[in-house]
Amino acid sequence: MATIKSVKRWFWWHKWTSLICTAFLLLLCLTGLPLIFHEEIEELSETKKEISHAADANPVPLDQMAATAVKHFPGKVVKLVVWDKEHPGLVNITLGDSPSSHYKTDKYVVINSYTGKVADTPAPQEGFMYIMLRLHVDLFAGIPGKLLMALMGFLFVIAIISGIMLYGPIMKKFDFGMIRTEKSKRLKWLDMHNLLGIVTLTWATVVGLTGIINALADVMLYAWQQGQLTEMTAPYKNAKPLTGTLSSLDEALNIVQQKVPEMQPYFIAYPGTIYSSKHHYAVFVRGTTPLTERLLKPVLVDAKTGELTDMREMPFFVNAYFISQPLHFGDYGGMPLKVIWAIFDIATIVVLGSGLYLWFARSKSSREQIARMEANYNLTVTV
Amino acid sequence: MKNFLHIWLAPIVLAVITAIGLLSALTGDNLWDVLSWITLAAPLLVGTYFLNKHLRVAKK
Repeated sequence: MATIKSVKRWFWWHKWTSLICTAFLLLLCLTGLPLIFHEEIEELSETKKEISHAADANPVPLDQMAATAVKHFPGKVVKLVVWDKEHPGLVNITLGDSPSSHYKTDKYVVINSYTGKVADTPAPQEGFMYIMLRLHVDLFAGIPGKLLMALMGFLFVIAIISGIMLYGPIMKKFDFGMIRTEKSKRLKWLDMHNLLGIVTLTWATVVGLTGIINALADVMLYAWQQGQLTEMTAPYKNAKPLTGTLSSLDEALNIVQQKVPEMQPYFIAYPGTIYSSKHHYAVFVRGTTPLTERLLKPVLVDAKTGELTDMREMPFFVNAYFISQPLHFGDYGGMPLKVIWAIFDIATIVVLGSGLYLWFARSKSSREQIARMEANYNLTVTV
Repeated sequence: MKNFLHIWLAPIVLAVITAIGLLSALTGDNLWDVLSWITLAAPLLVGTYFLNKHLRVAKK
């Protein structure tokens, strides 16, 4: 059972972890709010992406789409070919100065796979939503920014745990949901902080933890490159660099689909990109159920001979990353879920704001509060 | 034990309901989505109910 000493200790943890992370968490909640609805917001400014085609229409060859994309941005090379999950029939092609060039100079071409024509050339690295995204993800500071955010997420989770440990002693004498409105403004806000904190507890914990996992994406990508990808391409360790024209992208996809007909293509990474070796097309396929569509499987196809050389399950930490994404974004249950996400987000802002207010208002009365709790405990011990 | 439940019954029930909601939309579509909307709305409605109840009384 909690003693006054442990209450003081949890209070110390709650105060300091919260104080350090609150500014960042407020920023995360505020920028996260528009990000929940990023699809809808982006659609406002975009041309409608409805793809209509005859039922028996066949998509044009991938090689042709890749050539079209390169023609649109001469001098660039294809890095990724991505099937648009939200808009079937559209294929997104990422181009860069070289396969391993920095993503900042990447260009994007969306191609209608039934007409083979360029449907759009989005510039996701500008505009309001891009600023929101970068403030949310890494504060425009790259990997160090992401690691800082992961640390703030970790402090947030400790703040939640210590908050739970304080909830019990505070609520000892009261019914669930009570708010002391008559005594003082500070007590009223304390009770609202506790009530909103306890009802949003599970959501905040899950979004906090999945946020940490997302912030560590680069670490996981690196671990995958050094681990599984290196193992898969071990026979090519001493192979000569690729020269001349690459094998057909369509045949690479074909051979993969024959091997795993039950899975659908998600994206193909060109040789030399961060998702592949220097000698392979990496074809990433995914399942078709709500859960398995988030679990990818890399299949390597020799980009010279066109042969399938290896296929694996992703390691658990990569799968954990993929499953954590929807749980962070709230984009896996239609519009009502997004609205629920937004309300939880706003409730969290109130919890953070009231916590900050309580810290300002409390320095004097915190001693009284602890003294009160102490009195209660002495009471229960003697009874 | 009675004390423990007095404090923790509601939070535990809400936590379990929220967890069901978070996972259900992940495991399936349609009905599972609807289940997640209902279960995830529960903690928000409970919070709103008590805020409304106490703050309105205070105004009178």
